[in-house]
Amino acid sequence: MTKFDLNGRTVSAHSPDDTPLLWVIRDELGLTGTKFGCGIGFCGACTVHVEGRATRSCITPIAAVAGAKVITIEGLDPQGKHPLQIAWLELQVPQCGYCQPGQIMQAATLLKDFPNPSDSDIDAVMAGSVCRCMTYVRIRKAIKQAATQMRGGAHE
Amino acid sequence: MNSGLSPHGFRAPYDSSRRGFLIAMVGAGVMLGYARVSWAAGEFLGKAPLSPNELFEPTIWYGIDTNGVVTVNIIRAEMGQHVGTALARIVADELEADWSKVKIDIVDSDPKWGLMITGGSWSVWQSFPVLSRSGAAGRIALIEEGAKLLGVSPKICVARNNAVHAEGRSILYGDIVARGDLRRRYTNDELEKIPIKTSAERRFIGKAGAGALDVPSKVDGSGRYGIDATADGMIYGRPKIPPTRYDSKVISIDDSAARRMPGYIKSLALDDPSGTTPGWVMVYADTFTTANRAADLVKVKWQSGPSANISEKDLQKRAAELIADPNGGALLVDDPGVDAALASAKRKIERTYTTATAMHFALEPINALAFEKNGFFEIHTGNQWQSAILPILAQALGRAQDKIVMRSYLLGGAFGRRLDGDYAVAAALAAKAVGKPVKMVCTRPDDMRFDCPRSATTQVLRLAWGDGNRVAAMDHHAAAAWPTATIAPYFQPKDAKGNLYDPFAIQGADHWYAVGAQRVRALHNDLADRTFRSGFLRSVGAGWTSWAVESFMDEAAHEAGIDPVKFRLGLLDGVGRNAGSAPNSVGGAHRQAAVLSRCAQKAGWGSTMPKNVGLGIASTFGQERGMPTWVSCTARVRVNRTNGYVRVEKLTLVIDCGTVIHPDSAEAQVEGAALWGLSLALYEGTEFVKGQPKDTNLDSYRVLRMGDVPEIEVEFLPSTEAPVGLGEPAMTPVAPAIANAIFAVTGARVRDLPIRPQAVLEALARGS
Repeated sequence: MTKFDLNGRTVSAHSPDDTPLLWVIRDELGLTGTKFGCGIGFCGACTVHVEGRATRSCITPIAAVAGAKVITIEGLDPQGKHPLQIAWLELQVPQCGYCQPGQIMQAATLLKDFPNPSDSDIDAVMAGSVCRCMTYVRIRKAIKQAATQMRGGAHE
Repeated sequence: MNSGLSPHGFRAPYDSSRRGFLIAMVGAGVMLGYARVSWAAGEFLGKAPLSPNELFEPTIWYGIDTNGVVTVNIIRAEMGQHVGTALARIVADELEADWSKVKIDIVDSDPKWGLMITGGSWSVWQSFPVLSRSGAAGRIALIEEGAKLLGVSPKICVARNNAVHAEGRSILYGDIVARGDLRRRYTNDELEKIPIKTSAERRFIGKAGAGALDVPSKVDGSGRYGIDATADGMIYGRPKIPPTRYDSKVISIDDSAARRMPGYIKSLALDDPSGTTPGWVMVYADTFTTANRAADLVKVKWQSGPSANISEKDLQKRAAELIADPNGGALLVDDPGVDAALASAKRKIERTYTTATAMHFALEPINALAFEKNGFFEIHTGNQWQSAILPILAQALGRAQDKIVMRSYLLGGAFGRRLDGDYAVAAALAAKAVGKPVKMVCTRPDDMRFDCPRSATTQVLRLAWGDGNRVAAMDHHAAAAWPTATIAPYFQPKDAKGNLYDPFAIQGADHWYAVGAQRVRALHNDLADRTFRSGFLRSVGAGWTSWAVESFMDEAAHEAGIDPVKFRLGLLDGVGRNAGSAPNSVGGAHRQAAVLSRCAQKAGWGSTMPKNVGLGIASTFGQERGMPTWVSCTARVRVNRTNGYVRVEKLTLVIDCGTVIHPDSAEAQVEGAALWGLSLALYEGTEFVKGQPKDTNLDSYRVLRMGDVPEIEVEFLPSTEAPVGLGEPAMTPVAPAIANAIFAVTGARVRDLPIRPQAVLEALARGS
């Protein structure tokens, strides 16, 4: 059994220690916002935060997050109103939407590290997050819009 | 030219000519839609009203409840195009609805919906006439009843914002539904005569307005995709996919290693009377992770047939053989005099263009949940063409088609992959075999090996000049797999001589240029379709025929010593077969010329470029002559002559798609499609090696990522013509625009997709 903190709640996972965090979150704990894309950590659809760092949950065994704080898209903001989520809505970023939870979770740590990200910061940090609908133009705009808003102190 | 076909080769799904339109009270609401086919319009005229249940057991397009909530039933798949919002806007505009009261319901499969397909960039184009008139009919009925309730003449009433207004008073739609008698019947003739608004009167169509209705659930993780479906007591299955698509038989299954895993259940060879999943073995377990790992431990011996020896070069060799043989295939355009003009030409060119096998790689791997409940087989999965796979499911399961239902979910990308519902068959058979709910999830390599790729293609084009340097003839031969021949053979039209062909494996070759005597021949790469199950990939035939046509036009222009824009404009005379026709292609080639001219101007065509930077242009008409979306793209490209690396700096796109329904979503479709075009132009391609695609995950299959994205500028030409398609057309000019730009920079011509740096270096070494 592995205990960890998921979106502010302590949870116990009964899956074997080597089960990828992704499937524990989705199938055992029932939060399906985190998505399965490639299974080898190359697409970013499964991105969650582990202790505040963007982490590919499809290649992270559950044992590796014992006692850790894990945040998924469902827990990024209690009301679903993180500045990135607001920007994503305002700029109508998603198309099929399947990659977007992972994109948003990756972008959230990008903005922690680069509060005023340049295009090349965005290129570098978002390089691991594939969008097959190719919403990249709007993802970039939305990251910049959210960054501007967050620097204004509207959101912690 | 082919005869006896509707513009796009087959019937539109709503055969409204045989139906009457009905408005009726149902429960606490009103429903609007078509009566069933058997009720030909005249049959119920003059008869007493039918009971509500009788009236609205058949097809329905939208309903209004006593709170005034308008629920529009969406029979299309929501896969990124925000189609539900576009279709609801069409209804809401004519209905004079309050947008905040409009909801969409993405419906499950049911015979009452008629043909369920989401593809071909058809959804808005096909639905606009029926949904706009349905909305107008509802508004008229609400005004008539609202007038009665207000005690005024309907002539002085106006409908706005979910209410009927007259003389300073008003009554809400919900109250009219509650208190009025909205039963109405319209014959088809009457419905056809209901005027729809002029563009100036529209409130939603073409206006900015609120965002798409599907977007909020896509930013907070609440959206439900097929992979999120669950059922009580469900177990998981991961398939063992055989070494070849069609000709492998299971000889033995050894699961001794898997049996040591807690949670492993069993492995079974699927028994598939439909032949959709031959040689499949399903590995069952209590969790996906266990099924996934067990599948790696299960050893299956297969006996495979000849396709286990087929590789990419064999496919291209077969294509070349087919093209070299003057017999065979189907002739879409077959003017007399092509061979004579080529034989007597003052000058002529012949070029060959190829494309590599390309994969869908929808980010949500193929999956489906299936189970039997209350006498119905339910398949829970995202799908684009329920009507095509339901009969196959019936055959596979040995059940009547009306006892099978496909439950709809959001699609985590589709791009044509989910037009082929073969994965639903695998899940259904897996569930039937164990008598409990089974959720089949493919890993990414499973998904890739089970993909229905865009086949490799080969095209040979010839152009002849006659007297006075006039283009006298053009000849185009295109060989590819024909996915329609496998997935829906009944969708294939015939050419003038009765030869069947796949319209989606040639569309785009029948262009709008006046080239004198013209021949367009479609050839079926039968070897490809024996080796794998070919599929429709976003923009389908036009995605690669345009690559050839527009690269070739550039080559022809340079051969003639004429600027490529001027050369094309000179051929876009808009007469004869290129004049266009109402309602879908009014203006014909003149609209092609308009987007081309505007795109060239917008992108600074003819201006001086920095060293190693150049512009290339292409102009296409999207998917089909019957519903042309006029597109032009200019690519600004930087070429590194040392390493052959191509960097696309900017794409400028100008589009005329007729009436734009939802401008922001329309622009999003163009952005996405243009970048798909770029991804296929420079990065995406694999090859078949011994019956299997070589690349099965992102460790070797390269797709476009954030850092590859150029600046994109999009402009829609204002138009009030019929709305056509948008999901795919902007893909089609991108690859040739890039290749033409590479030529403009270097004088080196690349003729194979994707354009890899090595090919650029080789072209540079060859010279022009």
